[in-house]
Amino acid sequence: MTSPVGRTGSASERRQMLQRRGMVLRAIRQFFDERGFVEVDTPLLVTSPGIEEHIEAFSISSKTRRRYLITSPEFQMKRLLAQGLDKIYQLSHCFRADESGVHHEPEFTMLEWYRTHQTHEMLMRDTEELVSDLAAKTKQWRSVVHSNLRGCEVNPPWVRETVDKAFVRHANVSSHELVRDEDFFRTYVEKVEPRLGEHKATFVTDWPARMASLAQINPKNPEVALRFEGYVAGIELCNGFTELTDAAEQRLRFKATNSKRKARGAPAYPLDEIFLNSLATMPPSAGNALGVDRLMMLLMGKQCIQDVMPFSNDTL
Amino acid sequence: MYETSDIKKGLKITMDGAPFVVVEFQFVKPGKGQAFTRTKLKNMITGAVLDKTFKSGEKLEKADLESREMQFLYRDGPMFVFMDNQNYEQIQLSEDDIGDNKFYLLDGMTVDILMYGEKPIDVTPPTFVELAITETEPGFKGDTSGNTTKPAIVETGLKVNVPLFVTMEDVLKIDTRTGEYVERVKK
Repeated sequence: MTSPVGRTGSASERRQMLQRRGMVLRAIRQFFDERGFVEVDTPLLVTSPGIEEHIEAFSISSKTRRRYLITSPEFQMKRLLAQGLDKIYQLSHCFRADESGVHHEPEFTMLEWYRTHQTHEMLMRDTEELVSDLAAKTKQWRSVVHSNLRGCEVNPPWVRETVDKAFVRHANVSSHELVRDEDFFRTYVEKVEPRLGEHKATFVTDWPARMASLAQINPKNPEVALRFEGYVAGIELCNGFTELTDAAEQRLRFKATNSKRKARGAPAYPLDEIFLNSLATMPPSAGNALGVDRLMMLLMGKQCIQDVMPFSNDTL
Repeated sequence: MYETSDIKKGLKITMDGAPFVVVEFQFVKPGKGQAFTRTKLKNMITGAVLDKTFKSGEKLEKADLESREMQFLYRDGPMFVFMDNQNYEQIQLSEDDIGDNKFYLLDGMTVDILMYGEKPIDVTPPTFVELAITETEPGFKGDTSGNTTKPAIVETGLKVNVPLFVTMEDVLKIDTRTGEYVERVKK
């Protein structure tokens, strides 16, 4: 456990950090450009911020209308897939209220990318290649062991382990026994998450179907979703899945999520009807969202994401 | 009441009838999951440290703590007796409660006593105290650099490293935060 450290660093250290941040952003673009992806920049100001049970959005009102800041560019990027683009990526600021800590900021940078006619398996391979590529390009920034990020080996292939196996291994309990979300996540943050990717970068796969979000359910096993999260040194780097393209099913999930939100006193968010309609023409696809500041923190050997950002929220 | 967003190092809360101070904390939230704040809490009475995870939105009870100025009267076996300067009420703390601060208490000294409700739980002596030497090797008048040290024992039993020039006749100024020698006091 690390409590926030003072956003320390001399002026020259800050300057070096910003130069390095710029280099990583360029290297990410180069990685996707070389693979034939199109960089897109979708709006930050939207009519629906994403509908997740545990993600809070900022709402913005003018005299005549209400808008939200995106919590992820997911809806808009998928609409571009429906319009015929087949490989897209975006480096975007995202906004999540009530999230603040050494690995959280209310405004942060997300890398999100999508491939049509691929599954989440391909996205996992993209992720291992991207992270190991960036680690190799920045190895002189870290003094101890070059190919490691905080003691974690990131060269492909990464470990693939199901959620249930991770629970059994680290918490000695099957995830199927933790039917209440609070019990599931309490055990997860206390015992499981800190051990994920301790020595070798790890994808945690087969998330419970009730946490599918916008992912497709595994046709061979309806209890789990085709969803993964990538971990390096106990830090969640990304979340990806094979996308759900069934608009009716997606609508039901959004409504169920909104009901759960209302039940605990959180605001329900509007359904994005244009997005839902676009699912009819969206090809089978897969996408992944990766926290760029967390990756920068690991690449630069820093202890908190605020130390790799030009400005953090508490310095505004 | 505090909210989980108030949690920071040094925050003092009551849990299961005992006062705790936050010594470490971290906001944790799986991307799609619930938010929690993981903490390490130190029991302010026993000193024991425990791990506790709070769910975001949970309420935390404020610890009912108050610092009172008191006079150290005398030591009675394992008990230390103090008197409240305002109402002349006397309270007692055990050697265990006081810990190493027992080495800084002289009869008549004014100190701060930390009260948890009506229960005294800790004593804070003045930052600097002056204590007479009771045991040390003879001093070397020639050596005034202070770079090399020798052990000494002062009137309260505290062992402290002092420069070679310090003699049995000296009174020492001690920093109670570190237990270290600061300087000789002219008497």
